[in-house]
Amino acid sequence: MAVDSAKLVEIIKAISEKITENKEYLTQLDSAIGDADHGINMSKGFRAVVEKISGMEGKDCGTILKTVGMTLISTVGGASGPLYGTAFMKAGQAVTGKSHLDFNDLITLMEAALEGIKYRGKAEKGEKTIVDALEPAVEALKRHREEGVEVALREAVEEAKKGMEYTKDIIAKKGRASYLGERSLGHQDPGATSCYIMLETMAAQLLDGKKS
Amino acid sequence: MVGIVLVSHSPRIAEGTLDLVKQMVGDKVPIEIAAGTADGRLGTDAAAIERKIRKVHEGDGVLVMVDLGSAVLSAEFAIENLGEPLKSATVIADAPFVEGTVAAAIEASFGKSLAEVRAAAEGVKAYSKLG
Repeated sequence: MAVDSAKLVEIIKAISEKITENKEYLTQLDSAIGDADHGINMSKGFRAVVEKISGMEGKDCGTILKTVGMTLISTVGGASGPLYGTAFMKAGQAVTGKSHLDFNDLITLMEAALEGIKYRGKAEKGEKTIVDALEPAVEALKRHREEGVEVALREAVEEAKKGMEYTKDIIAKKGRASYLGERSLGHQDPGATSCYIMLETMAAQLLDGKKS
Repeated sequence: MVGIVLVSHSPRIAEGTLDLVKQMVGDKVPIEIAAGTADGRLGTDAAAIERKIRKVHEGDGVLVMVDLGSAVLSAEFAIENLGEPLKSATVIADAPFVEGTVAAAIEASFGKSLAEVRAAAEGVKAYSKLG
């Protein structure tokens, strides 16, 4: 796997499209246990991102990822702004100056993103958040490192999906949903869902059309 | 004097709170609002918070009042981004938004320190409204 800046911009544009396609769905999930704005906020944020990074193909990958982070922070509006924003900033810092990313870089930046989200949200796995999808995915990438990018990405997406579905069975401990307590049971977390959508889109892009 | 930034999802919550505060301290205390998104949705914006912190800082520190969820995350992000010495001179109050802001502004108007202003805001949690 080798991703240059142009490919990175393409992947982020694809993520933006998928988020916008799922705007209603994410907002619907959020209306059950939150403030009914996750899809709208994420779509606003990623549309601003696409505007910002179009034409950045000549910049290094770290700068592009940091720009994504800063843009999300100032345009999303909800908690997903500082959370995903911090994740992209940390990911960018982890690959500062690189014009190409290989599989090891991908693992490094995903680990940094996870660390950033956990730090910002003071969240751990099992609290019905983004972390429930992201952490199993990052663990799978590391676990399958030796088997190569294709296997590792497929496993990561699979684990993220399981993690996302698992959020139905747990009580929200963070954010607006935590006010609902046990009444948050049975509902899938919107943050874990948007995270899964982003991971799945990234994997599909990296696997270059191969069925993920 | 300690400056105060009001971070709310809703401009109307922040403006209404500021009206209450001004009744008591007038324009003595530097207070700014960072509320809602740039395009008018309910939400918070770390970049706006950072600008407002810089604006109210007179050298004695800044207290940030927050409402729900993302207000805290956005404020924390903004503070980390400030750079020193302002970063160490800015704190978030763990306090009810309206009552805490009123208590903090009164304390600040007497020229109290950042620690005292923060303690006044956080002290309202122990105050019983029903006596």
